[in-house]
Amino acid sequence: SRQGGLSVLPKDTAAEFSVRSRDRTYVVLAGQVLICRNYKGDVDMAEIDHFMPLLMQHEEEGLVSPVISHGSVHFLWIKHSNLYLVATTNKNSNASLVYSFLYKIVEVFTEYFKELEEESIQDNFVVVYELLDELMDFGFPQTTDSKILQEYITQEGAKLEVAKSKVPTTVTNAVSWRSEGIKYKKNEVFIDVIESINVLVNANGSVMSSDIVGSIKLKTMLSGMPELRLGLNDRVLFALTGRDKGKTVVMEDVKFHQCVRLSRFESDRTISFIPPDGESELMSYRINTHVKPLIWIESVIEKFSHSRVEIMVKAKGQFKKQSVANNVEVRVPVPSDADSPKFKTSTGNAKYVPEKNLVVWTIKSFPGGKEFLMRAHFGLPSVENDEAEGKPPITVKFEIPYFTVSGIQVRYMKIIEKSGYQALPWVRYITQSGDYQLRTNV
Amino acid sequence: MLEPDPNYFSSFVCSGEIFELKAELNSDKKEKKKEAVKKVIASMTVGKDVSALFPDVVNCMQTDNLELKKLVYLYLMNYAKSQPDMAIMAVNTFVKDCEDPNPLIRALAVRTMGCIRVDKITEYLCEPLRKCLKDEDPYVRKTAAVCVAKLHDINAQLVEDQGFLDTLKDLISDSNPMVVANAVAALSEIAESHPNSNLMDLNPQTINKLLTALNECTEWGQIFILDCLANYTPRDDRESQSICERVTPRLSHANSAVVLSAVKVLMKFMEMLPKDLDYYGTLLKKLAPPLVTLLSAEPELQYVALRNINLIVQRRPEILKHEMKVFFVKYNDPIYVKLEKLDIMIRLASQANIAQVLAELKEYATEVDVDFVRKAVRAIGRCAIKVEQSAERCVSTLLDLIQTKVNYVVQEAIVVIKDIFRKYPNKYESVIATLCENLDSLDEPEARAAMIWIVGEYAERIDNADELLESFLEGFHDESTQVQLQLLTAIVKLFLKKPTETQELVQQVLSLATQDSDNPDLRDRGYIYWRLLSTDPVAAKEVVLAEKPLISEETDLIEPTLLEELICHIGTLASVYHKPPSAFVEGSRGVQHKRLPGSTGLGESLESPDTGSAAGGSDAPPAVIPSQGDLLGDLLNLDLTPPATTGPPPPPTSGMQLGAMDLLGGGLDSLMGAGFGAAPAASPASFSAPVSGGLDDLFDLGGGVGMPMGAYNPPKTVWLPAMKGKGLEISGTFARRAGIIQMEMTLINKAMSVMTDFAIQFNRNSFGIAPAGPLQVLTPLSPNQTIEVALPLNTVGPVMKMDPLNNLQGGSF
Repeated sequence: SRQGGLSVLPKDTAAEFSVRSRDRTYVVLAGQVLICRNYKGDVDMAEIDHFMPLLMQHEEEGLVSPVISHGSVHFLWIKHSNLYLVATTNKNSNASLVYSFLYKIVEVFTEYFKELEEESIQDNFVVVYELLDELMDFGFPQTTDSKILQEYITQEGAKLEVAKSKVPTTVTNAVSWRSEGIKYKKNEVFIDVIESINVLVNANGSVMSSDIVGSIKLKTMLSGMPELRLGLNDRVLFALTGRDKGKTVVMEDVKFHQCVRLSRFESDRTISFIPPDGESELMSYRINTHVKPLIWIESVIEKFSHSRVEIMVKAKGQFKKQSVANNVEVRVPVPSDADSPKFKTSTGNAKYVPEKNLVVWTIKSFPGGKEFLMRAHFGLPSVENDEAEGKPPITVKFEIPYFTVSGIQVRYMKIIEKSGYQALPWVRYITQSGDYQLRTNV
Repeated sequence: MLEPDPNYFSSFVCSGEIFELKAELNSDKKEKKKEAVKKVIASMTVGKDVSALFPDVVNCMQTDNLELKKLVYLYLMNYAKSQPDMAIMAVNTFVKDCEDPNPLIRALAVRTMGCIRVDKITEYLCEPLRKCLKDEDPYVRKTAAVCVAKLHDINAQLVEDQGFLDTLKDLISDSNPMVVANAVAALSEIAESHPNSNLMDLNPQTINKLLTALNECTEWGQIFILDCLANYTPRDDRESQSICERVTPRLSHANSAVVLSAVKVLMKFMEMLPKDLDYYGTLLKKLAPPLVTLLSAEPELQYVALRNINLIVQRRPEILKHEMKVFFVKYNDPIYVKLEKLDIMIRLASQANIAQVLAELKEYATEVDVDFVRKAVRAIGRCAIKVEQSAERCVSTLLDLIQTKVNYVVQEAIVVIKDIFRKYPNKYESVIATLCENLDSLDEPEARAAMIWIVGEYAERIDNADELLESFLEGFHDESTQVQLQLLTAIVKLFLKKPTETQELVQQVLSLATQDSDNPDLRDRGYIYWRLLSTDPVAAKEVVLAEKPLISEETDLIEPTLLEELICHIGTLASVYHKPPSAFVEGSRGVQHKRLPGSTGLGESLESPDTGSAAGGSDAPPAVIPSQGDLLGDLLNLDLTPPATTGPPPPPTSGMQLGAMDLLGGGLDSLMGAGFGAAPAASPASFSAPVSGGLDDLFDLGGGVGMPMGAYNPPKTVWLPAMKGKGLEISGTFARRAGIIQMEMTLINKAMSVMTDFAIQFNRNSFGIAPAGPLQVLTPLSPNQTIEVALPLNTVGPVMKMDPLNNLQGGSF
């Protein structure tokens, strides 16, 4: 029984996640606590039993909130697949820290177990406990870098004595994201510059808001402790150094991985760092410039009550002729009670996805400057669904390789390691749809 | 990929199993032992009681197998408290493990030790802890630092006696950033539970160390340090600027929590910077982009960010004034994000962006989520009130929405249109006809009351106003109080405007209100009208049809002192709830409320026009209209502001069965002073009822209402001399500010020690006077310090005849 849970994990186990709170991590499944760690011991174990009923109640009332309170106890929760990760506290905890930490747990567990789900937790409960202990102590998050954790929290019993007998110095080092002694035969860095376009277009065709969220991802395969410097065509940097040739980009806001020396960037815009090994997101940026929507959609949706819906969608590629958008998907909403779909497309395939109330029009390859058409026809029942339906927007997905909308460029990547090896950086650019929504009139 | 454990969870039965496990735990084979401990932990995880195995499990503790050791420790942490005597058995192993050559084992031991909350054990742990705090390995030191906080939580005295706090303070200068971060975290935690301990005595040297560690420690460590920095008060603007300069780079950190903690430090220290400083402007500009970027984080983090942005735009509207678009709602935003974005949109609405905002709001009003739609409709009304130039467009948008005939949209629209009428009288009355068409569909009290208010207010322009109001009268007793009160007032207004046709109607409503109702508010209001009408119809007209004060532009602003406190709590639950920590954290009542540095209290120089207007110093408390829910109640009651001044109910026999003339009977004299004083335009002369001295005194304040603001308020007199108040001297007076009775007090601490935790309680009194809110004394009162407090009062408290009437006893606080 869960009451038993109370006695099994009484107050003095350790853990919570917030600076000044007394929290515990619970991973809750369908109301049954799957695993729990009491980091501090001043929130009653039984409190978690109130969580699911309260959540259900709030959902019913349509008032879901990421914070639920019960008396003096506050539940801060996130949902991951079919699991709820719930932190409990009775203090004025740092809420943003708690949510960041919960997402970090998901990240770490996912890297350990591939999938974070009920089974992976049950199958690995020993490691899960070990991780929970290492991730947080008395409510203070500790080491949360999964690559480093994997160096001393492993589940391979046999190798245990040798592998786990030392704390990697990395854990407490200033460079807490990279271990020493990494070796590669061939030293390479792969740099992906990915720009996502967010667009919100009004039903009358005016662009309400648009921005670019860029991300620079690294796959580092470098030996030793290399010092890297990344050069971008950053306008602020060019202005600082008095250089003025070529196209530059104004980054509205930049966010860096832990490894980047922030004060250095703040003072002279240099992006310098010792990279984590393997894959990581080095930085992300936001650009506020008005972007012309790369794929422009015009739609006419006519609804004839009790009879039919007629949809006409025109998609136009508003990018350079030399470029091609791949895997384009135009998702058009249809009423939930629509039936007997009929389609006509000038290119690509249209498919009705009734469980999502969508027509998905797929175009594998969409060259710049081209225009395509799709028509759809649906029947409507004579007795209509009188439940009000929202007005979901048309959404578009696409990818355009070898191209960034902002024009951002990697000018150089300098790699210096004391052993003096030569390393090659490889750069790849891609532009893709982010949150790309066009409202409709219907 | 890891080898999954065999499924320990499914294979469990209950009784003989314990016995079996016992045997396995005592097995000679290492592997078998380990498997058995795993099984024990698995049962513990699913909630079975395996405490009976305590000695057997503890026996496995002495092992060089780290995994097994961890499991045993886990078990110990869970059961030690229920088996304190047996837990002693573990002490030796802990002590031994703290000396193990392997730092992982030393750290594990010190970490676990602190989690065993058994008094008997703790004292044995001091020596090992002392060693670990000086361990050569930083991993052990950072774990030991946290252990001090754990131990302090169990036995604070012990920690102090053993000098661990000093060792912990020394660790702030440790060479390892993670140790510094954990020491800061542990000290902050301890300091929080002992607010007066002066533990975190932050000085420029320590601050410098912290700022250096900030560049090197993990993201979490950065948060501990930033949160700790936020408690520091720089000596001057130069120090403030230099700290800000070293904190701003954190705004580029990928972790949203680091960003918000940095924002907290900057928002706080910014208070000390002169506004004409170039750097001040630079800093303002630097804050916007990271705040906007937070909106691309996970929805829960967005929510926290939005709740905080809501505070930030109230304190410093200039930061985000150009960022309206990023708050536009996306179809797939979770509802809690949508509602918060909407709130911020209204706060940022200005003449420059109103067209776009309105277009968006109209779009939202046609969505399906009822709460969201309602809020969007209200938002349109708030825009109309906030941005005068947009009022006409807002009204026409609302009319379009009324045409949709969606029931809740119509009702919400009517409620906000009433507010618009209040803000712009005699401007949009042409829409009344359209509103009247929807009379029948209104089933929510708030909408009904709003509609009735409109009909009453504009009765002279509505031909069939009497019919409309009469139709509501049929089910009078089934209506909610707010509708009844409103109906009563509306019909009286109608009568005063069209006396000839409506005499019967007014008689009817007065008798419904006074004779058939159990509601004292309603009865009181009924009597007042009745008596007014029968005594002096001219005065009645002046009172009831008086010009009403316009409603304030900015609605539901957070009260400035609270806002200041919440800014100091950016990122925390308090900032999410918009409540001070003392409102939801148990045992924090004595804890000092945080204040922004350099601020002198209410109405501190805010350059924002929005908030500035609301904070005009203590003479005129901010004209903040309460949150939407209360808005209507507040507005409707303005006919007789404030409702609370209706005074004691009539004596049981006099008014009930008597006609209008009899209401003048002496029993109701007391009502005069109280009730009438409240009416905004009342001419005091007509109400100079003979009232006894004490009452006079008090209601002079009330009588003064018809006069301009700043009418005579009696000077403060000493209520409680320090001799009787254990060193606290209280002098005070009553005043009426913006229509609200206030008790204004001067508190002087004439004792030698700091006073905190002020509260006030009123004895039952003749006027039913009671505090309308808690006594807000935010800072502790140091010796010889003087503080001015104003306590808003209402008159809905319990009534008890007192003699003399105004003998308010100052109690000891």
